[in-house]
Amino acid sequence: MSMTVVQKILARATGRRVVAVGDVVEPAVDLAMSHENAALVINQFLEVYRDTGLEAKPWDPSRIAIIFDHRVPAESPKTATNQKKVREFVAAQGIAKFHDIRGDEGGICHQVLPENGYVRPGQVVVGTDSHTTSHGALGAFAFGIGATEMASVWALGRAMNIEVPATIKVEVTGALSDPVTPKDLVLQLVGRLGSGGAAFHVLEFHGEAIEAMSTSGRLTLCNMSVEAGATSGIVPADDETLRYLREEAGVADDLDIMTPEADAPYARVVELDATSLEPQVACPHTVDNVRPVSSVAGTRVHQIVIGSCTNGRLDDIALAARILKGKKVARGTRMIVFPASGRIYQQAVAAGYVTDLMRAGAVVMNSGCGPCLGVHQGALGDGEVALSTTNRNFRGRMGNPASEVYLCSPAVAAASAVTGVITDPRNGGAA
Amino acid sequence: MSRARVVLALGDDVSTDQIYPGRYMATVLPTETPQYAFADHDAFNARLKSGGVPLGSVIVAGRNFGCGSSREQAVSALKGHELVIVAKSFARIFLQNAINLGLKLVEAPDVVAAEGDDLAIGVSELTNLASGRRCGIRPLPAARQAVMDAGGLIPYTRQRLLAGKGARA
Repeated sequence: MSMTVVQKILARATGRRVVAVGDVVEPAVDLAMSHENAALVINQFLEVYRDTGLEAKPWDPSRIAIIFDHRVPAESPKTATNQKKVREFVAAQGIAKFHDIRGDEGGICHQVLPENGYVRPGQVVVGTDSHTTSHGALGAFAFGIGATEMASVWALGRAMNIEVPATIKVEVTGALSDPVTPKDLVLQLVGRLGSGGAAFHVLEFHGEAIEAMSTSGRLTLCNMSVEAGATSGIVPADDETLRYLREEAGVADDLDIMTPEADAPYARVVELDATSLEPQVACPHTVDNVRPVSSVAGTRVHQIVIGSCTNGRLDDIALAARILKGKKVARGTRMIVFPASGRIYQQAVAAGYVTDLMRAGAVVMNSGCGPCLGVHQGALGDGEVALSTTNRNFRGRMGNPASEVYLCSPAVAAASAVTGVITDPRNGGAA
Repeated sequence: MSRARVVLALGDDVSTDQIYPGRYMATVLPTETPQYAFADHDAFNARLKSGGVPLGSVIVAGRNFGCGSSREQAVSALKGHELVIVAKSFARIFLQNAINLGLKLVEAPDVVAAEGDDLAIGVSELTNLASGRRCGIRPLPAARQAVMDAGGLIPYTRQRLLAGKGARA
């Protein structure tokens, strides 16, 4: 029987020759990631062991990763106390893949994992964050789970009772033409599929545009797969995956490249054309409310946000810096930038991008998730509009239900910063 | 068959940001999260906190309820009020978190109900007693039946540990 790449991964992780869609399996977990919500995972983990007479020890601390990113540096005594509790657990259990609040090795979990080579093709990766789908960019089967489910993984080393998901093949023909980006592609895909259109399915990406795409762009695609309800997004590993892991993530080990079989059973095939794609914008208040930028051009914007696990990598910042260099952020509009990791921040400083952006008027914050989900900095006022390269625009997402969030690429965000209104980046800065 | 009143009727794509806004995520304990359930929905949150919503009351919603974040607070906050969620469909992570924590979900793809309606909820069918309209109930994933039978994922995992099976060699 032919298998999709996720079926092959789950067969490997369950020690079976084949698995079929709908089979209930308990795959061995290769990497189990949490952020600040490790504080809740620890509570639930200790609860599992209560009155059992067993010692509460995770199955394999080397496979646990904990990255502080949601509220960094801590915004409140409560968060600081949670972080302290997690640090104590990390030290007691010898968890080496721990990334504290640091400029050298800290950052957003979905960037820290790939850039440190923690994620490999063919792995099963779970994370207590819905955007764990990101790691499919490296050919892993990666999906989000809740804190109690993570406590169960810490105890048993397996994800319990997983139904092997069906896969939707996404075939992207043609080539993206600058300044149209992978973000525009995934926004169009989410708009096409709808917010629940890929529910309980995997999105497996193929085609010329994917082959030509950097790992950074693939991370953006897989990151936002969950916005169509997908369990996971995945780009089967290829030469670019190997290049990224060897050259950027410093991985020297042997790698297990898994690819789908030629006649793998897809639930359906969705075709997109990259060549004719316009820049896209997701309008309030759902991510699938997607329109071409031309149809919303001129909308007044109070805050531009560039960053996050979706679009806070070096190529995103470079694109924004190229558009803003020598120009000014419009008066009445503020712009905040937060690189996806300390490493990327340093690279952006070295390349001069941070200076270009600051001279234009942008505020360049530390790496973290805060503004994207309205937990820490960058709050919006009543009636204000944000244009953001992040991944969600639900009502209240940026902390104020009386505000609106539009989602876009770094190119649309940067061009719009100059004009103060939503602007097509292909128009040389004119709305 | 249980009978319960709809206390809130919502549309499609109710996100975890609406159910439990991100700014309260530093609060994690299930004893503390219920105060922030639907925190930005001032009137409903006030009713919940004043004890004006009887245990077992129903929130009815459209497709993709619980979309967005994996935050488990969105489940523990509703569970704290012993609400029952009847929706046309649920987002995957929310569904799994609800089963893991024992929040009662009813997936009824054709449900039509308004605030104040009484619902009779059976195993395979739901009746809106205000309109007389009946609709089917889709069973929750069979893969998770063992977790439901154990009363949630914590007791289930504890059973597996004590049985000495499941933990990796």
